Amino acid sequence: MDHLPALVSEASAAIAAADNAQALDQVRVRFLGKKGEITALLKGLGQLPAEERPAAGERINEAKQALQDELEQRRQVIEQAAMQAKLEAERIDVTLPGRGEVNGGLHPVTQTLERIESLFQRIGFDVAVGPEIEDDFHNFEALNIPAHHPARGMADTFYFDATRLLRTHTSPVQVRTMQSQEPPIRIVCPGRVYRSDSDLTHTPMFHQVEGLLVDENVSFADLKGTIADFLQAFFERDDLEVRFRPSYFPFTEPSAEVDIQCVMCHGDGCRVCSQSGWLEVLGCGMVHPEVFRHSGIDAERYTGFAFGMGAERLAMLRYGVNDLRLFFENDLRFLRQFH
Amino acid sequence: MKFSEAWLREWVSPELDTQALADAVTMAGLEVDAVEPVGAVFDGVVVAEVMAKAPHPDADKLNVCQVEDGSGEQVQVVCGAPNVDVGQKIPFARVGAVLPDDFKIKKAKLRGVESRGMICSASELGLEEERSEGIHVLPADAPVGQDFRAWLQLDDHTIEVDLTPNRGDCLSLRGMAREVGVLTREAVTPPAMQAVAPQHDERFPVDIQATEQCPRYLGRVLRNVDLSAPTPLWMVERLRRSGIRSIDAAVDVTNYVMLELGQPMHAFDLDRLSDGVVVRQASEGESLTLLDGQTVALSTETLVIADGTGPLALAGIMGGENSGVAAGTRHLFLEAAFFTPLAVAGKAREYGLHTDASHRFERGVDPALTAMAMERATTLLMEIVGGEPGPVIEAGVDGIPSAMRANVRLRRARLDACLGVSLPADEVADILTRLGMVVETGESGWQVDVPSWRFDVAIEEDLIEELARIHGYNRLPVRRTQALLALKADNEAEQPLRRLRRHLVSRGYQEAVTYSFVSPDLQALLMPDAISPTLANPISSDMSVMRYSLFPGLIKALQHNLNRQQQRVRLFETGLVFQGELDALVQTSMLGGLICGPRAVEGWSAGREAVDFFDLKGDLESLLSIGGGLDEWSFVADTHPALHPGRSARLYRGEQAVGWIGALHPAVRSQLGIKPEVYLFEVDQDAVMAGQIPRFQPLSRYPEVRRDLAFVMRDEVAVESLMQSIRQQAGEWLVRWQLFDVYQGQGVPEGHKSVALGLTWQHPSRTLNDEEINQLIADVVETAQSRFGATLRS
Repeated sequence: MDHLPALVSEASAAIAAADNAQALDQVRVRFLGKKGEITALLKGLGQLPAEERPAAGERINEAKQALQDELEQRRQVIEQAAMQAKLEAERIDVTLPGRGEVNGGLHPVTQTLERIESLFQRIGFDVAVGPEIEDDFHNFEALNIPAHHPARGMADTFYFDATRLLRTHTSPVQVRTMQSQEPPIRIVCPGRVYRSDSDLTHTPMFHQVEGLLVDENVSFADLKGTIADFLQAFFERDDLEVRFRPSYFPFTEPSAEVDIQCVMCHGDGCRVCSQSGWLEVLGCGMVHPEVFRHSGIDAERYTGFAFGMGAERLAMLRYGVNDLRLFFENDLRFLRQFH
Repeated sequence: MKFSEAWLREWVSPELDTQALADAVTMAGLEVDAVEPVGAVFDGVVVAEVMAKAPHPDADKLNVCQVEDGSGEQVQVVCGAPNVDVGQKIPFARVGAVLPDDFKIKKAKLRGVESRGMICSASELGLEEERSEGIHVLPADAPVGQDFRAWLQLDDHTIEVDLTPNRGDCLSLRGMAREVGVLTREAVTPPAMQAVAPQHDERFPVDIQATEQCPRYLGRVLRNVDLSAPTPLWMVERLRRSGIRSIDAAVDVTNYVMLELGQPMHAFDLDRLSDGVVVRQASEGESLTLLDGQTVALSTETLVIADGTGPLALAGIMGGENSGVAAGTRHLFLEAAFFTPLAVAGKAREYGLHTDASHRFERGVDPALTAMAMERATTLLMEIVGGEPGPVIEAGVDGIPSAMRANVRLRRARLDACLGVSLPADEVADILTRLGMVVETGESGWQVDVPSWRFDVAIEEDLIEELARIHGYNRLPVRRTQALLALKADNEAEQPLRRLRRHLVSRGYQEAVTYSFVSPDLQALLMPDAISPTLANPISSDMSVMRYSLFPGLIKALQHNLNRQQQRVRLFETGLVFQGELDALVQTSMLGGLICGPRAVEGWSAGREAVDFFDLKGDLESLLSIGGGLDEWSFVADTHPALHPGRSARLYRGEQAVGWIGALHPAVRSQLGIKPEVYLFEVDQDAVMAGQIPRFQPLSRYPEVRRDLAFVMRDEVAVESLMQSIRQQAGEWLVRWQLFDVYQGQGVPEGHKSVALGLTWQHPSRTLNDEEINQLIADVVETAQSRFGATLRS
């Protein structure tokens, strides 16, 4: 019994010296295990006189409890150190690039078309599409461009034979929609169109979005409002100046060409706007009664407006692309710039 | 229409500077394309006369000239032009003059002889684009000493207006002046024009047979002209400023009158005409050699001017070579006719022609102009080439044919509804009147007589447009459209194309847009049996046939990138393909893609293995699963001429074949010079978009049982067949089936493969027991054995 203090100090020293979980467990077994030295003292209590037993028992138990606490504390320290060491060993370079596929991207023309579609869809327009190999009726006749009309010279047409051709605009989709649907009609028609022209500023294929709204009481004022709203929304510029110039299209009357203040120089004059401060971006007008007649719509009851724009031109202005032909080369170094 | 501003200002001269004038015209719908100075920038050039010329003592090709430039003393100049001669009036650049491109004239010595100035050619002064041969010899009456710019009115601008096809009335100075007058409320003053008194009575017979196509034809004989007389410089300059080259006096005058008044004219050599002039449709088998030298076979739909021997000219388009004015012409027969737009429309194009005359007649020439033009041309010709005029020979109806007269009703209500505003009645009447219309105001609108020059005004909307145009589009109101807020049906199952595109983008694909017409050679190489429409007038032969598939375009885009050191290419495209002859044509929206190069983006953690079939198939399956219907799709080994026969499959949705996937055929690759392997797919867009609405299945609370089986079977048995068969045999509680290994090599007999499957069962309402599972497995193994010769691997 008398060597209890010495035993406790020895045990404490052993606990403090243990530097891993295994060593610590050996210490526990040595002192507190079933055959441990402290346990042996407890077992030896019976040999003491009965009156000494309670006090001695208490002392041994206190010592045991104290050692258990020390063991527990030491265990935690060791565990923490082990965790620390493990974490240290597991350190990685978090600046290395992530693993896996990099994103591709949408073609800038698609992005532009989708953006235009969305803007109009929000105010109740549907998207309509149609064939690209068209017939003379839908591409010309129904749009008030009879066979020998000088306006046929306005679009250099790709022909397959006397009556079949590649559509020169997406207007045939408007005709097809009017033929099959009762007003009110609100559609935008995006798609590929074709003209036999190929130089620095023309490609034989390009994309258009045309729009059509037919209802009762639609006026030129509605057209102006819709177009101005659209252009300001597209370029995200509330103060974008928009002007309407009289023009001529066989399928609309009155017809207008629409200029916006140059988005590159803000109207000061630059190379893009040929120093004029204005950019022509869109053609539009009130649907010609002859077009209504060909499409079976009562021109006395209904009026409507139509508009058309080139997607590449808008994409060039929006994204600052300076060469139209890049759109169709599909060079990855170009495509990757759009996401 | 291109013209000199100074010329226009002789007709009408509003107080606007050049730019403001151009802007006003543009904003009225006559878009000014360009405003250019008529001459290049130069200074210090005067009219001078060559007084003496002597050969240079030391140079064969040079002359030493003495020039009188109005300064009082003669100036010595060395001149290298072969055509310089004594007595010529010439443009002379004095010492100190600055010619175009900042070329400064200094005192110089040329081979030892002093030269003080330069005698200029037309090109040196920017008057001609092409390099001129010799010096620019001026008319004899050019005033010596006068500033050359001032004398030629070179401080002028050329205004080029891009006229829309409806505004044929503005294809002349007269028309432009009329329009400017309307816009600026400025008076228009035409030059003085008078009828010419006939000096003899020769009438060459004129007979109009095609009265509908040619309501009016005027002729006149002009005897004893001297076509060697040069066209006066002022006329040459005006023509030049309108983009027309001077030819000879007869041609120049007819062109001048056309520019001035808008009436195309023609001058025949009277001696080369016989009997009389007939305006008629060409007969079968007739042909005509035109002024440009080409001989055309005439159709019976073509209006011609003919004489007793046959056609002389394509009416309103171009004259013939054998009746035209030539150097020796003595007597002229002048033509000023009205051909209706329909008589000329499209005809020039049929013969591959486009002339100033056809351009105007197609759009409509004022039928009231013929007499005025005839007198104007006669006067001008007589001033230049002399001659004795006969009386004007008239055929056809005088005045405006009734069919050409438009009287249009304009309703107040319609006008207001169309423009969204009510223009005051005074303004309406004022605008229409200024436009030359005769307006009768009624109770509910106006009755309007349209002037003879406005072929584009025939219906109410035409008048509304004119009112809007002159009132000013930008002064009209702006309104937001009102409409009923009606919800629209929406097909939830259908996956929008936008989503499919974005899915591929997320998997690393770049979207391509390739031309819909491709090279027939490339298309035939890929698909020898493909039939698709061929363009009659392609831009080039390698863009002449419509694509039968997206493959040619994708492959071309791949080549473009491989040629630019891009090794890893992943592209997709959406768009129509065109299959079949024109009469049985099907235009289908397809979605296609292509991969080539390393599987992974080059990086620290990835290998450099190249892509294979299953990379592309994985991407495609992931795409096909978007709508939830992947089960309905199958990949069936099949052959396609562009694809590797052992590595290609046809895609089916249900029973329907809707696409292809595979490796580009090695023979095709070598033909195209593509080294790496390429994998492509193409599938019908609609089939991919058609999805399913999700259908909830209750979750089982009972444990799953999984068993793994490995079969050894012959190599050629498709794993998919085994899987399908197993799925049928494994009972209704089979919830998952996983192929987790395919192995060939040691331990597996030659020509065989080991296929390892994990099958998982789960019952919705109870725990499955071992006997049930063992029985199912026994069935599966039995079927695999009997149908595919597959044995369990031990």
